[in-house]
Amino acid sequence: MTALLSLRGVETRIGRYHILHGVEFDVAEGGLTMLLGRNGAGKTTTLRTIMGLWRAAAGEIRFDGRDITKMETPDIARLGIAYVPESMAIFADLTVQENLVLAARAGPPDPKRLEWIFGRFEALKRFWTLPAGFLSGGQKQMLAVARAIVEPRRLLLIDEPTKGLAPAIIANMIDAFRELKDGESTLLVVEQNFAFARQLGDAVAVMDDGKVAHQGGMAAFAADSALQQHLLGMGMGEHQ
Amino acid sequence: MVKQALRAILSDDLPRSRWLAVVLVAILVGLAVAPFLFPGAKSLNVAAKICVFIVLAASFDLLLGYTGIVSFAHTMFFGIGAYGVAIALTRMGASWAAVAVGVVAGLAVAIVLAAVIGLFSLRVRTIFFAMITLAVASAFAILASQLSDLTGGEDGLNYRLPAELRAPFSFGDTLFGVRLNGRLLDYYLVYLASVVLVLALLRIVNSPFGSVLMAIRENPFRAEAIGYRTVVYRTIASCIAAAAAALAGVLLALWSSQTNPDTTLSFDIMVDILLMVVIGGMGTMYGAVLGAVLLVFAQNYLQDLLAIAHKALAGVPLLANFFHPDRWLLWLGVAFILCVYFFPSGIVGRLRNRR
Amino acid sequence: MKRDWLPLLLIPVLGLAALPLVGSAASWVTLTVAGLAMGLMIFIMASGLTLTFGLMDVLNFGHGAFIAVGAFVAASVMLALAPWMTADSLWLNLAAIGPAVLAAVVVSGLLGLAFERVLVRPVYGQHLKQILVTTGGLIVAEQLLKVIWGPEQITLSRPTALRGAFLLGDIAIEKYRVLAVVVGLVVFAGLALTLNRTRIGLLIRAGVENGEMVEALGYRIRRLFVGVFAVGSALAGLGGAMWGLYQETVTAAIGAQVAVLVFIVIIIGGLGSVGGCFIGALLVGLTANYIGFLAPKVALGSNILLMALILLWRPQGLYPVAKR
Repeated sequence: MTALLSLRGVETRIGRYHILHGVEFDVAEGGLTMLLGRNGAGKTTTLRTIMGLWRAAAGEIRFDGRDITKMETPDIARLGIAYVPESMAIFADLTVQENLVLAARAGPPDPKRLEWIFGRFEALKRFWTLPAGFLSGGQKQMLAVARAIVEPRRLLLIDEPTKGLAPAIIANMIDAFRELKDGESTLLVVEQNFAFARQLGDAVAVMDDGKVAHQGGMAAFAADSALQQHLLGMGMGEHQ
Repeated sequence: MVKQALRAILSDDLPRSRWLAVVLVAILVGLAVAPFLFPGAKSLNVAAKICVFIVLAASFDLLLGYTGIVSFAHTMFFGIGAYGVAIALTRMGASWAAVAVGVVAGLAVAIVLAAVIGLFSLRVRTIFFAMITLAVASAFAILASQLSDLTGGEDGLNYRLPAELRAPFSFGDTLFGVRLNGRLLDYYLVYLASVVLVLALLRIVNSPFGSVLMAIRENPFRAEAIGYRTVVYRTIASCIAAAAAALAGVLLALWSSQTNPDTTLSFDIMVDILLMVVIGGMGTMYGAVLGAVLLVFAQNYLQDLLAIAHKALAGVPLLANFFHPDRWLLWLGVAFILCVYFFPSGIVGRLRNRR
Repeated sequence: MKRDWLPLLLIPVLGLAALPLVGSAASWVTLTVAGLAMGLMIFIMASGLTLTFGLMDVLNFGHGAFIAVGAFVAASVMLALAPWMTADSLWLNLAAIGPAVLAAVVVSGLLGLAFERVLVRPVYGQHLKQILVTTGGLIVAEQLLKVIWGPEQITLSRPTALRGAFLLGDIAIEKYRVLAVVVGLVVFAGLALTLNRTRIGLLIRAGVENGEMVEALGYRIRRLFVGVFAVGSALAGLGGAMWGLYQETVTAAIGAQVAVLVFIVIIIGGLGSVGGCFIGALLVGLTANYIGFLAPKVALGSNILLMALILLWRPQGLYPVAKR
């Protein structure tokens, strides 16, 4: 497996605050990498920096061998990277349909693919013509994920997809992510819910204080509770 | 000793630049001796106007430079002060009691209005406040010209000043060939009041209150998080600025014995103040002083320079128009934009960098 | 599905409330048409401003410059085509107005592009500087108008076919006002269709809500913004041309004067909302005309009162735009 995405020495400053201090990790092509870490470790900033929403002050970000560090956000997206922010950022005044139509850059969304998405996230079909602002929190999360996968993308950056979701929806989400990683996409997912992360992740990168403190396979990390305790400050599965 | 006294008077906010100090002293002394150095009605008028506009610009700097809010209603408060005195003198006759009533009424109206506008719209964003003040100020200007029974409408009010401020009043013979009359007394009243007001504003911006204002300007969210009610602070700042502007208006009314919308309420005056503060240097107080001097000079003398250029270019059709004496605002407007881009701290900032 | 119709109701409520106060039905109809005409002209000028604010958080205090330029350009063309303006033929009249309006739209649109590039782009995201620089732009633009067209006001009269009024019994409706209403409604319909039925419109509405996310979906929002800015400026030019013809005089100060009304309208409507801007404009136009008839002295101050009342009811304006 080769690295689809690699970060080397990435530093990001937001205003006066120095958030990332030389982040380095690789995301292997095909599969799901979990980006873990305590609150404030810099996970969200890392995703935003990859997406070009914050500018890296130093270091290099490569996607598929190409340096994207200084590219504009829309150009980065057009390389086949989709982003689901923690805030979901759905367009509340637009209908569910319009949200997805907008996300499909190549033209009207493929009906087959929509059916597949509806199969996972049934609520989207039900509220198809409703302004997205009327959806519940979980339904908004579904829409945000659906927007990222309405067309095939090579890399999905997803920030805390399970936050505030009911267990039944989390199960659907797991199924969807599994199909995606076994098929067309590579996923990089920020997660606080370790039970979820463990079930789904192939690889793991753990951040601490603006750096990646550990990178490796998920199985090994899940088995090493001392390391978890050290890096995440919790016992296995204890944190929700 | 002298240094300490100076520090106390200037609230520890020294010019911090030799050139700036020289210019400021020149302005202070120049205005003090103006009646003797440049006798004549026009130059005395220019000098008095400079004094009034220094106060007005300095009070605007408290808002724009120190608090980081843009108000387009500053001339409204200026006008309220001027009209307060003008109306009182018109109605009650030329007495000091009338002046006192006018000052108190003007100040009260200005402060209350500033508080209402502030509480209403300062909790939202800079842009919102700027738009609301623009709308309110234009409505006020229209209102003032409509209520002609009270304000004299478009023509404004002509009234008599208290006897001591009129030309016939004499308190001595002549000094260095200048007659010691009421006009001279009036000038020094305006001058001294201006000095005191500018020093008072300097004290306010250098007080703990002023530091909070600047903290809010830099980062309102942080200031709020530390526990400062930003709306309250901004509203108080805008009330103080309104009061100072009203007092500047009082001085104008006491100087010119006539008050009308063009000289107090018009958008042109608002533009002038904006230019003064930005070109002089926002957030420096001294910048307002320099800017006011520069602009009043430009209004009165840049035209002469342009007239020369205009004559020289008389043959060239469109180009000559650029140098028409009435187009001085064009050039200051360009200078204003360049200042915002390249010299956000204006002339004062430049002088200070040079040391 | 829940839509917020309450603000829309304000217009008939205002109209009906004015009827008994005005007294005569004929005067009421005349005033109402005048109010709608004025409101729609303001809407044309304000729509672009509210969109650029919504899309990029940029408020152009120099918007009045485009209004004034439109008025001047149209006036020049119409004066040059004076024989057609005074001809007793609707077609010749229109042949003069058409190019005049087109020139106004094109010139203000181009000016908008230059304005965006030189004045707005360097100060994105800095509100204080934005206000100052665009105000500076207005000052300079106003002076440049005087350089080019001279300091005196230009007087122009409406073409023959648009003078006078339609008489329906004892109701008189000025012809020009009818034209203004028609043009205003066409512009509104055009904007509404573009926003609700096209992909560009979808992008604009999404961008107003969350520009960053639109970029993350792979669209260059800056380019979109420049386009909207230019169209908004062009519409301001169109409105300015119509306003000049309505007042029959054009001065360099026209921009700053009308801009005040424009600001009130977009505050009332909710910054960023075209629908709100439409309702706000009609309310302002109607109020100005009703009050102008009932109590002329306070007519222009009535807009402030209207704004204050609406903000007391909805502090973010009629239709607050969902933000981030």
